Amino acid sequence: MIAEAGLAALWLAAALAVLQFVLAFFGLVEGGAPELTRAVRPVAVVQAVLVALALALLILCFLNSDMSVKLVYTDSHSAKPFIYKFAGTWGNHEGSMLLWVAILGVAGAAVALFERSLDHATHIATLGAQAVISFGFYAFLLFSSNPFARLDPAPPEGQGLNPLLQDPGLAFHPPTLYIGYVGMSVAFSFAVGALVTRKVDPAFARAMRPWVLGAWIFLTLGITAGSYWAYYVLGWGGWWFWDPVENASLMPWLAATALLHSVTVLATRDGLRAWTVMLAVVAFSMSMVGTFLVRSGILTSVHAFAVDPQRGNFILALLVIYIGGALALFAVRVGSVREGARFDAVSREGALVLNNLLLSTILGIVLIGTLYPLIVEAVTGEKLSVGPPFFNATAGPLALLLVVVMAAGPVMRWRRENGLAVLRRLAVPIAIGVVALVAVLVAAPGLHPLPLLGLVLAIGVGAASLAPLWGRNLRRTPLFTYGMVLAHLGCAVSLAGMACDSAFLKETLVAAKIGETEHVGPFAVKFEGIDPIAGPNWTALEATMTATRLGWSGDPLILSPQARMYSAPATETSQSAIATLWDGHLYLVLGKQQDDGRWQLRMWWKPFVTLIWAGGAMIAMGGALALLGRTWRSLIMARRKDAGA
Amino acid sequence: MKRWLLLLSFVATSAFADSHMAAAPYAYTALPDAKQEAAARDLMTEIRCVVCQGQSIIDSNADLAADMRSMIRTRIQKGEQPAAIRTWLIERYGMWVSYDPPLSATTAPLWLLPLLLLGIGGWLMAGRLKWRRS
Amino acid sequence: MKRFWLWVPVSVFALLAGIFVSQLRHPSGNTIPSHWVGHPMPQFDLPAAASSRPALSFANLADGKPKLLNIFASWCIPCASEAAVLADLKKQGVEVDGIALRDTRSDLDQFLARNGNPYTHIGGDVSSSVAIALGSTGVPESYIIDGKGIVRKQYIGELSPEDVPALVAEIRAAQ
Repeated sequence: MIAEAGLAALWLAAALAVLQFVLAFFGLVEGGAPELTRAVRPVAVVQAVLVALALALLILCFLNSDMSVKLVYTDSHSAKPFIYKFAGTWGNHEGSMLLWVAILGVAGAAVALFERSLDHATHIATLGAQAVISFGFYAFLLFSSNPFARLDPAPPEGQGLNPLLQDPGLAFHPPTLYIGYVGMSVAFSFAVGALVTRKVDPAFARAMRPWVLGAWIFLTLGITAGSYWAYYVLGWGGWWFWDPVENASLMPWLAATALLHSVTVLATRDGLRAWTVMLAVVAFSMSMVGTFLVRSGILTSVHAFAVDPQRGNFILALLVIYIGGALALFAVRVGSVREGARFDAVSREGALVLNNLLLSTILGIVLIGTLYPLIVEAVTGEKLSVGPPFFNATAGPLALLLVVVMAAGPVMRWRRENGLAVLRRLAVPIAIGVVALVAVLVAAPGLHPLPLLGLVLAIGVGAASLAPLWGRNLRRTPLFTYGMVLAHLGCAVSLAGMACDSAFLKETLVAAKIGETEHVGPFAVKFEGIDPIAGPNWTALEATMTATRLGWSGDPLILSPQARMYSAPATETSQSAIATLWDGHLYLVLGKQQDDGRWQLRMWWKPFVTLIWAGGAMIAMGGALALLGRTWRSLIMARRKDAGA
Repeated sequence: MKRWLLLLSFVATSAFADSHMAAAPYAYTALPDAKQEAAARDLMTEIRCVVCQGQSIIDSNADLAADMRSMIRTRIQKGEQPAAIRTWLIERYGMWVSYDPPLSATTAPLWLLPLLLLGIGGWLMAGRLKWRRS
Repeated sequence: MKRFWLWVPVSVFALLAGIFVSQLRHPSGNTIPSHWVGHPMPQFDLPAAASSRPALSFANLADGKPKLLNIFASWCIPCASEAAVLADLKKQGVEVDGIALRDTRSDLDQFLARNGNPYTHIGGDVSSSVAIALGSTGVPESYIIDGKGIVRKQYIGELSPEDVPALVAEIRAAQ
């Protein structure tokens, strides 16, 4: 009953999406009926309510462990803890696709309800574009990936959720990531709307900016959460592997970051029109390409959903229509958009242009690296792997250069700047950087150049990111300047974490007997014992380890890594034990028992690795401050305008 | 096919029962010489596990990955060069097994495209900027 | 000139879409075939893995007569069903040698007692050394080795009864 209601809600929402488009089209087209456009916004809101209802009903099926719903059978189990029944709704292809579509609908409703600064025609065109996008994904869900399909007769118990997904990360990572991905659809629709009405101007940029910022904040949070989740769940202490699915989340983020900066140039200086529209199209296109890569099965990845190529065909068709259509529209219409102003190379605009170039190049590199094995296989039939060695060698140096530009840009003036004056303004951060370089070379000789450079730049750029606040009245500094400073500082902090982890990581791989003490970094870790332990749907062997630090007299740390055996599905996993200290992570993993009774242990001391995700959180917070600042300001300006009128 | 993929999507779980055999000598143990262990580790992070869904052999729990780790460590302990071991593995498994593919006609475009992108992007951007002669 | 650049993104996308279509039509799958086909077997000397069969070394595979080399294990479920096919091949005159991967003697003896023993020699490869040297990625796999010890063909996965005639013909041809 619930499942049928959910399916009905989904069908209705799809029908309303069609209606939304039809109303927008016939309302805007030459010789059409303009009064039709008045109905578009309410229709968008009702569509969102219905699709959100469908998602809620699917969640209810999972919470009830209704095994007659096929999806609940294949991906859930009644013994699962509540939170994983809830979050497990989107721990599979169909459920996550419904989540995607629900967010798409809600994003459209948000644009319908809260967007006030666009002119009417562009607003309606945007909602029409949003409806077209929704429609394709509704069709995909309803005809190819029905989450509400029934099983008759209903099996007694489910097959269970992949144990690696039975983690709080599942409740947090996909929703934030999808809000980010799908939030970019708003920018995409804005761009398509603007191309249709030919209104690419500062007003358009100012209207689009908060939507881009909002989606970007969530995308940053989603990627940061995903990285941290993989770090503690997969048990080898890595936080980024350039896996195709990870790259699929990075590419929209790179495009969105470039778009965020480009939109500022368009809003303030009426330049970079074509580039801004292009990036808006590219950002969501990358989201869709990512969805395709993850669900079609053409790339192998630890993150991939188990789906067949048939669904891949459907998504590919959607891609061709949407991305191909938008890019073709771009090629045809952008030429008629009046070219913006040309900028001085040495100016804030110039720095933003360089920022754009570097981000877009890194995006291109990630795209090429991810797709190259496919291309080579299609052309020559040979299989090849592209991994960290390629990406680190090509994207790494560009990212470091980008970070330097990030330090200089915010202290440069608009229109025209003197290079030497910028250097003078950054004298203190540069000095700090030089001191850091010397200190690191002295304290840790023999570091690889990339982490060394990364660490030194992180310190220097971190100092430079505070430069826009120097000499200012801090109480009268706008909130979005604080946001910018915090976000840039977050980048530097994250970079410092990455560099420290690469450079100063200590690992010990050993087979230990109970009672023995092993060493890793400055820690002595004693293997106290092993005990059996049970959870709601698993049993485990838990090792108790006590760690004491050299020269430190506090209480020893107690860590308990586990080797777990889940019952449904029958899988072995390893639960790492992590001790978070102010200056890093002590990370312990228990392996198997050897024939001689010794236990395999892997131990890491990862100095300052937490900065990676702390930095990510800072970037997102900076974005939130900026968004708050701008929204506050536009609310105040609107109120003043109303009061003055 | 779908079920097979679903099973494979679990990291480190094989679709078969596990062997009862003890692990190979250096599968889970580091080499005593720190420099040799570092060289072995650098190589192992770039060798792809041939039975996994996108992991290097140093991160994988699969038995074959463990055996490869042991083989690599043993050979490095005997003094063999990491590059030679990598070539040896590529001769048997193809370029797929190395995350750092050797430079060849097939891989040259991969390395050249970033430069090309930078060049084209730079040229497009330069055309939009005014360059002052100060 | 500018018009040209505007059409580059669409064209690049069209190219990519074409590649996606071709990959969807012919999915590559996850199996990695061995690149060692056409090369000689490595010089190896494996101890006897089962109580009832002698050990396996390079000399056994280069004695002038083509063989089928089967890499298997007692813990490998499809290998049990493959045993009947191997017995059939042996009946048709094909000599089958085996490499037992990561197996203990008792497990292997039980497996052979349960599923039949078509092998002439069985070598025990406890650290996958020969398997890796052949570019093998798991069990079961079978290789056609010619009389001079050169690897002529690799079959990944268990052999099925339909493969038998082709195999027999290939073995005869690999003189």
